[in-house]
Amino acid sequence: MTFWRLIIIGAGLALLWQALVLLTGVPRYILPGPLPVALAFYEHFPTLLLHLKTTFSEIVLGLFLGTLLGSSCALTMIISPLLKRWMLPVLVISQAIPVFALAPILVLWFGYGMASKVAMAVLIIFFPVTASFYQGMRRAEPDLLELARIMGGHPVRILRYIIIPSALPAFGSGLRVATAVAPIGAVVGEWVGSSSGLGFYMLHANARMQIDVMFAALALLSIVSLLVYFSVDYLLDKLIYWESTKGITP
Amino acid sequence: MIPAIQMDGLCLRFNDGTELFNDLTFTAEAGKCTCVLGPSGCGKSTLLRLLSGSQDFVTEGSMTFVPQPRRSHCCAWMGQNDLLLPWLNLLDNVLLGFKLRNELTEELRHQAKLLLAEAGLQGYESSLPGALSGGMRQRGALLRTLMEDRPILLMDEPFSALDSLTRLKLQNLSSRMTAGATVLLVTHDVMEALRMAHRIIVLDGAPARIKADIFLQGQPPRSPEAAEVVKHYGPLLAELLDEGIS
Repeated sequence: MTFWRLIIIGAGLALLWQALVLLTGVPRYILPGPLPVALAFYEHFPTLLLHLKTTFSEIVLGLFLGTLLGSSCALTMIISPLLKRWMLPVLVISQAIPVFALAPILVLWFGYGMASKVAMAVLIIFFPVTASFYQGMRRAEPDLLELARIMGGHPVRILRYIIIPSALPAFGSGLRVATAVAPIGAVVGEWVGSSSGLGFYMLHANARMQIDVMFAALALLSIVSLLVYFSVDYLLDKLIYWESTKGITP
Repeated sequence: MIPAIQMDGLCLRFNDGTELFNDLTFTAEAGKCTCVLGPSGCGKSTLLRLLSGSQDFVTEGSMTFVPQPRRSHCCAWMGQNDLLLPWLNLLDNVLLGFKLRNELTEELRHQAKLLLAEAGLQGYESSLPGALSGGMRQRGALLRTLMEDRPILLMDEPFSALDSLTRLKLQNLSSRMTAGATVLLVTHDVMEALRMAHRIIVLDGAPARIKADIFLQGQPPRSPEAAEVVKHYGPLLAELLDEGIS
C-alpha cells in the first residue's frame, strides 16, 4: 500500500512539475520538464551509478559510525555521572557550531576523498543519536529499576535487560531523524571538495549547464535516501518488536 | 527459617517536618499474611518501601526481620502495576530476577514453566506482555514474585487495577501460592483484606497510628460469604468511611 502511495505521490508531483514548466514557459536550462530529466537519467545512468556508489558508501559509513559513536557516548554518560557532567556541556556547545560551516575545514583535514564526507555525515548524525538514546535511557521506568534493585540485579545486567531496551523507542526516533539528514552531510561535503559522488556530479553538470543531468542526479539521490530511510525504519521495527504487539490482547 | 517483621517505635519525618508515622509498633507474624488497611496517603506504601530498603529516612525506632535472614536480599516485591518488561516473553519475565543476577539454570526454567501451568498460563510462555490481558499479566507478576522464593513478600495493592472477577480469582491464587511466607499486604480494599489476611491492621490519621488490630479466624483465602468476612466487613467499612473515604 505504501509503495503504491509513493508511486501516486511521485506521479502527481511529476504532473505538477510538467504543468509548471508548460504554464510559465521557463527555459529548459533553468527548469527542464520531467521528460528531459527522465531522458538524462537514462542516458547518464552508468555514470550516475558510479557516482552513486561513492555517495551511498559515504551515507552508510557515516550512519554506521555516527550511530556507533553516538550510542557509545550516550552509554558513557549513563554509566558515569562524572563524565556526563563534563560531556554534556561539550555536546551542547558542539551543536552551536553550524556543521555545514565546518565542511571546508573537514576537507582540509581529511582530504578530498571519502573520509571528509563520512566525517561530515557523522557530525550531523552524532547529536540526534546521542541525545535521543541518552534521554531514552534516563527515562527508564523508576519502578522497574526499583524492582531490579530489590531483586539484587547486577548493574550491567540491569543496563542490558532494562535500561537499554527502555531507550530503544526514543533511540529509534533519533536514528530516523539522523537517517533523513545523513545524505545532506555527504552531499555538502562533496560540494566543498571531491572528485566523485552525486554532489560532485551535480556541480560538474551545473558548470556545463546540463540542468537536466543535475535534476537526474537529484532524483537518484532522493530515491537512494528514501531507500536508506525505509531500510533503517524496517530494521528498527524489527529491533523494537514489542511495540507492534501493544494492545493486541486475547 | 521464615522471619517475622518487627517494627518498634517507628517514626518517619520528611524534610518539611511532615510526620508520616509516630511511634508505630507492630509485628507481622512469621509465615502469616498481615494486611495494612487504611486511607490513601496514610503511609501504607511508604511502609513497604522502607522495608524493601529503598527509602532511608527513618528518624527513630527500628524495623527488623526476626530472625535476621542470611541473604541480603530477603524481600520480594509486587506492586499495583505488573511491571512486566514488554520486550521479554512471559517465561523470561517470570525468570527476570535470575536473569538480572546471572543465576538462570535449566531447572529454574522448568520450575517456572510448571508454575505458569499451575496459574493457568500454559501455552503463553513465549507471548509478549503486550499480547496478554490485564489478569494474565498480573498473574505473571505474581509468579515472578513467587519464583524469587524469598521468605518475605511485600505486596502493594497488587490487584487494584483489575476487574472484580479477575481480582477474586487472583486473590485465591495468590493466597494459595504465598502460604507459608511472611506477607505484608497493603490495600484499601476491605474485602481483599478480609479474604487474604490472617491479621488486619487499620492505619489512620496523620501521623498514622494503629486504629484497629484484628486477628481473623481460619485460613485464607476466605470465601466472600465466610462468617469471618461477613462479621468484620460492615464494621471495617464503617470505620474507614468515618475517615472520609468515599
